[in-house]
Amino acid sequence: MFETGEERPGQIGFSEEQADLLESASKYCADKSPVDVVRRLIDDELGNDAAVFSEMAELGWLGIAIPEAYGGAGLALPEVVPVVEQMGRRLMGGPFVSTTLAAQLLLSAGTDAQKSEVLPQLAGGTPATLALSEPHGEFDLTRIECTASRKAGRLALAGTKCLVLDAGVAEWAIASVMLDGEVALVLLDREALAACERSREIVIDETRRSFRLSLEGVSVAEAALLDPARVIGGLARLELAGALLAAAEMCGGGFSCVDYTVDYLNTRKQFGRPIGAYQALKHTAVHAHVALEQARSHLYAAAHTFGDTEGGEVAVRMAKACVGPALAFAADRAIQFHGGYGFTYECDAQLYRRRAMWGESQYGDAMYHRRKLADLIL
Amino acid sequence: MSAHSPARPSEQELSDYRAQASAWFAENLPPKPDFKMPLTFMEVGTDQQFHFLCEWQNKVYEAGYLGAAWPEEYGGRGLHQAFQNIATDEMRLQGSPIMLNTIGLNWAGPLILDMGTHEERERYIPGILSAEDIWCQGFSEPDNGSDLGNAQTRAVRDGDEWVVNGTKTWTTHGNYAKYMILLARSIPDAHNKYAGLSFFLAPMTVPGVETQPIRKLTGEYGFTETYFTDARIPGDCLMGEEGQGWAVAMRTLEYERSARGGQAGGLSFVAPDHRETIEMARRVRRGGLPAIEDPLIRDRLVEFMIEARSVALCSQRAAIGPLVQERPMSLPLSAKLMSTEFNRRIGEFSVALQGQSGAYGIDEPNGIDEGVWHRTYLNSFSATIGGGTSQIQANIVGEHVLGLPKH
Repeated sequence: MFETGEERPGQIGFSEEQADLLESASKYCADKSPVDVVRRLIDDELGNDAAVFSEMAELGWLGIAIPEAYGGAGLALPEVVPVVEQMGRRLMGGPFVSTTLAAQLLLSAGTDAQKSEVLPQLAGGTPATLALSEPHGEFDLTRIECTASRKAGRLALAGTKCLVLDAGVAEWAIASVMLDGEVALVLLDREALAACERSREIVIDETRRSFRLSLEGVSVAEAALLDPARVIGGLARLELAGALLAAAEMCGGGFSCVDYTVDYLNTRKQFGRPIGAYQALKHTAVHAHVALEQARSHLYAAAHTFGDTEGGEVAVRMAKACVGPALAFAADRAIQFHGGYGFTYECDAQLYRRRAMWGESQYGDAMYHRRKLADLIL
Repeated sequence: MSAHSPARPSEQELSDYRAQASAWFAENLPPKPDFKMPLTFMEVGTDQQFHFLCEWQNKVYEAGYLGAAWPEEYGGRGLHQAFQNIATDEMRLQGSPIMLNTIGLNWAGPLILDMGTHEERERYIPGILSAEDIWCQGFSEPDNGSDLGNAQTRAVRDGDEWVVNGTKTWTTHGNYAKYMILLARSIPDAHNKYAGLSFFLAPMTVPGVETQPIRKLTGEYGFTETYFTDARIPGDCLMGEEGQGWAVAMRTLEYERSARGGQAGGLSFVAPDHRETIEMARRVRRGGLPAIEDPLIRDRLVEFMIEARSVALCSQRAAIGPLVQERPMSLPLSAKLMSTEFNRRIGEFSVALQGQSGAYGIDEPNGIDEGVWHRTYLNSFSATIGGGTSQIQANIVGEHVLGLPKH
């Protein structure tokens, strides 16, 4: 009837490795992160159970997407997705995602020497993080005001990084700076990190630990620079990797939020019947569930096509754009449907709502990705 | 169904089949007639349309592109379902008119193949495929729509026959049909309303069956109200046992909602899809520029594209066991809700996108695409209402997927 557009439909595939990891992560995370543990860790200064993190390293999960040559399993990010999804489902905190993303950025843009030294450590469970965000709050990872300048054969750093996750435990970090008018990435080791003045930030998702890092007065060797030729490509890929894992985490959180709400709708009685019998609540719960089902389909399509030059970027951005509003809606209604109890700190609905706000702040919110999508597909 | 399922074909076999189907449709598509073609099987309102579509369905069937996955002994081709899916896809890609006998092909047919006797399959299936026997559905009544279980049409046993009295409505093809899948009450004093229902493969050609066309909100026809007045139908046309009508009807609705496979296939809708909405956004204007350059329009279009892809991806994911393990019925039972509500909303948007030209009605030659978008939007309600309204679908998902209490 009409000429049709060029957009191609997405594809889902699911590897055996993904299936195995989904199954084991589902059990492991349920076991290690019941909600009372989540709440205990909220009150913990580090917000992380170091024993669980080491166990995840022993299970090989931190090296899933690291090549075998660097001590990893030689799989890729799609295989990390089911693990992070299940972590998200149990509202786990800890430096798993920041360490995984640091490894991915190093893989994309690190020098051979950096990869050989650092990646085996990360695969083995040494926590790492990224110092890419700045107080301007923009999602664009190349909008950078921190600087590096050459002084006496070293690089003198200046400026402030914020929302640096897990900096309380990280032993490595990659920071973005401007050097000679170009975007550059520098690898900070434990010593350099210790030299940064650090203060904890209060973040909306209390399962997270975030820090502000002053780079003033810190200097690193020239060898700390990541490969300049691969910085821009590396950051572009990192944005998608970060969006993919954030989407996985949010998607997992969404389904447990619906479970939590449904449980209440089935048990709470008013006017002599369970409140889930009322269609105003029942239908809304269904709409939340269906939106999450759609998001999960996008998530696994994005995982399947991640890294494809054709369609990979579209799939990831669609997944992130889809899951953000879906989780927000599920969690927003979770608060409402718990009534007076939903207004309390004790009710878990707030944990999901906070997680939803947090997730939107990570690697682009729905509006950001839709804007990018418009230019990609229209 | 057939005793054994055919083996999954190789990629090569499938691509050969696609080439063959593609060539056949390219060569055999009928020229565009000088009357308006129905967009869906529910709006066949004139004899001209009816005869044209009967002939076309028969031709497609004879060529092997309809019922390809149905058993050979009943007139199908005994191929793997993947072949029929390709044939259906080619119909869509090449702009084929719809397959008229959808109720036979996709609802009654699979039911008879699944539950019917060998004799019933032999009697009914070939005529469904060839469009010689048009089928209609007698579920809804003027007073019982969503509350289908309360149907009041009566069937009373009298010797070798059933005597039927009552009124059915929204009977698609009622005035053309030879058979109706009929839900009627045969045990008025059963212990609950559901247990009193029985399911019949009822002939429409007996005395005492009359139909009255219903005009739809688009101005078109395609449905009838159907009156039974002491209509005598054969005793052996009961499907399942007496009193099991509700279960059989629910099974039929699963075919209708695509929650259960086994359909003959074929195109039943030719409404424009989201890609055509995007294409229209390049033609209509806002602020002196093509609408597709307006940032607000772009954002809406992207939202629709994400959602269109959601619908397609969910049907792919439904086939991946580990990704549907926890709530295996979730995707099948929510498919109708997802896709029909999406179509309704993008239809609404596609009219809004037209600016002042949205004022033109269906068939106005100065209107954008002769009003096909208005027609598409208004017709989209047939799917959000028919086969169980979206609100009933939400109850089903709430109760059978999430485990929420019945109202």
